[in-house]
Amino acid sequence: MSIDSGLEKTRGGFLARLFGRTQEPEVTEEWLERLEEALLRADLSVSLVDPVMLQVRDVVREGRAKTVPTVLDAVTDALVQVLVTEERRQGGTPRVILVVGVNGSGKTTTAAKLAKRLKDEGARPLLAAADTFRAAAIEQLERWAQRVDVPIVSGRPDGDPAAVVFDAITAAKARGHDVVIADTAGRLHTKGHLMDELGKIVRVAGRAREGAPDEVLLVLDGTQGQNAIVQAREFTKAANVTGLVVTKLDGTAKGGAVFAIANDLRLPVLWLGVGERPNDLVPMDPRAFVTAMFERGREGRPAGRPVRTSDERP
Amino acid sequence: MFEQLESRLTTTFAKLRGRPRVTDADLEEALRDVRVALLEADVSFKVVRSLVATVRERAVGAQVVRSVTGAQQVVKIVHDALVEMLGSEAVPIARAERPPTVIVIVGLQGSGKTTSAAKLANLLRKQGRKPVLVAADIHRPAAVEQLEALGRQLQLPVRRVVDPARDAARIVAEPGGDTVIVDTAGRLHIDEAMMAEVEGIVAATKPHDVLLVVDAMAGQDAVDAASAFHARLPITGLVLAKVDSDARGGASLSVRAATGIPVKLMGTGEKLDSIEVFHPDRLAQRILGMGDVVTLVEKAQEVVDQKEAEEQAKKMLEARFTLDDFYTQLQQVKKMGPLGDLMKMIPGMGQLAAQIPTGPETERELKKVEAIVSSMTRAERADLTILNGSRRKRIARGSGTTVSDVNHLVKQFEEMRKLMKQLGPALRYHGPLRR
Ligand SMILES: Nc1nc2c(ncn2[C@@H]2O[C@H](COP(=O)(O)OP(=O)(O)OP(=O)(O)O)[C@@H](O)[C@H]2O)c(=O)[nH]1
Ligand SMILES: [Mg+2]
Repeated sequence: MSIDSGLEKTRGGFLARLFGRTQEPEVTEEWLERLEEALLRADLSVSLVDPVMLQVRDVVREGRAKTVPTVLDAVTDALVQVLVTEERRQGGTPRVILVVGVNGSGKTTTAAKLAKRLKDEGARPLLAAADTFRAAAIEQLERWAQRVDVPIVSGRPDGDPAAVVFDAITAAKARGHDVVIADTAGRLHTKGHLMDELGKIVRVAGRAREGAPDEVLLVLDGTQGQNAIVQAREFTKAANVTGLVVTKLDGTAKGGAVFAIANDLRLPVLWLGVGERPNDLVPMDPRAFVTAMFERGREGRPAGRPVRTSDERP
Repeated sequence: MFEQLESRLTTTFAKLRGRPRVTDADLEEALRDVRVALLEADVSFKVVRSLVATVRERAVGAQVVRSVTGAQQVVKIVHDALVEMLGSEAVPIARAERPPTVIVIVGLQGSGKTTSAAKLANLLRKQGRKPVLVAADIHRPAAVEQLEALGRQLQLPVRRVVDPARDAARIVAEPGGDTVIVDTAGRLHIDEAMMAEVEGIVAATKPHDVLLVVDAMAGQDAVDAASAFHARLPITGLVLAKVDSDARGGASLSVRAATGIPVKLMGTGEKLDSIEVFHPDRLAQRILGMGDVVTLVEKAQEVVDQKEAEEQAKKMLEARFTLDDFYTQLQQVKKMGPLGDLMKMIPGMGQLAAQIPTGPETERELKKVEAIVSSMTRAERADLTILNGSRRKRIARGSGTTVSDVNHLVKQFEEMRKLMKQLGPALRYHGPLRR
């Protein structure tokens, strides 16, 4: 990751130019420490932060950048660059989306929100409740299906999750649904047999429709730290992840672990979870995401998100 | 959890120990390594900063630089700082003098509250208590059904509520058991209305324990979130969930360091008996690559008689350990579980454990060892020096192996004994066999 390209652009916004450069605060050692703190506290990997800070200190020492906005813009640009990756999903009908991740990351909620969003965009989604393992996981998605008014195909508790996905794809073909969103059980990437089970779900989906699944969305809890990187690597091995969803960004966590993931695995972040209501799933905006990292505390929510009030809870 | 932090620090310290005298540059390098290791383990940025400062200050104070024992001293200083961070005593779950004991479980969304509530109920029942579960998460779809399903599996009562505070208080008044465990909804620490709700539940039920569930995979925000919970609720203990992940667990430990709230329990799997009482001192030792000999000994106690285990541990440390003891242990170890798991508890073996091939090959190797040892006479097992060529031939024939297999085993055993002799003093020094 390099901050050089960012430095070449003309600096400062309209107001800064109006009032002249002298208005811009100079970079001090204390400010540099705060910058490092902001990056580390956002869960950015130390293996990314250390080289960035070295570069920043270099350009400041060499006098190539002197003011806070200059440096901040350069760092922001470098971070945004990391997040810009190619889309990986393929196309087929019905489009098959598999939602995967560790326990409690927000898979079920994300599956429902995504179904709502696609429906609102005019698609005809079908949900598949393929978490046959966790107690009441099927009921949970069924409630959500009702709430967002999307039909659902459910498995039986302790049934074969791959069979549920197969049935859902078959049902989608028969009933003219153009997209299937399958919720899967939470599993730790350290459990070999559960990861094998995921591999099987993927294979069986391919049997129901050549080339399926088209998308494998890994749901990462935005409050998680460096382990997210290991999760991404292992889930990609087991199920060929095509994109990431980062949830719980309506709190004060920033989800900065995704930078290392995007950097190492070139996986795109596609969606952000910003609450527990049906509409609380927003498309990724790399610049807003990075900018939010530099804001502390309550203002940390992604740009434009209203503060939730309790009566809006599900 | 924690394995990678362990191997990371082990490498740092091995490097340091390799130096005849520690220079200023060596110390700075070690501190840099410690900082990166802790940050990579998700230890809170602030905790890392203060820990590194403490270690530097103490190292300078102890004049480790240029001292012959400098490296050991640095290791000890880091060890002590970590122990301070983790706390040292295991703190038990509350038990009210006049029942019912009330325990309220709180935390962020998806941290593992519901499963932890059920596991805790299961654990307490094993200790002779009569738990009653209260499903007070009326917000997440099917959360009540989830707890009810777990209650059915455990055959424990689960009570429903309409108004969480009012109804939980009513259940506490007439519990039908001696311990009431209230599972609450997941909430963000900045969600005013939801924080007020849980405050209401706590005010109405007057719990003896308010347990905050923290995800072992949590990142830097964990300390802020936990502090916010603690500011509004009298949190008495932490439950570390999902410890069976390979997370390095630093954030959850930082919560202890930042708030002073002790970790009481850890969840180690999805099964309802996968919960353990937390022993901070053992953990610090393991992180530092000193292994968890106490846990190992305890595990052994389940299958071995206590006196015998202590005697063997002592023998091991004094290098009086014979092949005969080894054979007895092998039999016992087989009862104790997968080799890789056990290896992780042995000092310095954490890294090695990762490389050990488990599965049929290892099993075959072990069978061979067993066959060889069982073909030896007692006298031979007790004193390997009497093993001349003809004895070795006989043993090979008797066990269906080759002389070179026998030689190999004897050599390996001698090496292990040498290693134990070297490790012995260090282990006694850190006192893992104290209890
Ligand atoms: N604040 C907030 N909460 C969320 C978000 N996404 C999910 N949650 C909550 O997190 C909790 C867990 O979400 P689920 O969707 O059940 O997670 P899951 O990954 O399906 O969980 P398992 O199936 O048990 O592994 C629930 O309480 C959700 O309401 C989000 O973006 N913000
Ligand atoms: Mg789920």
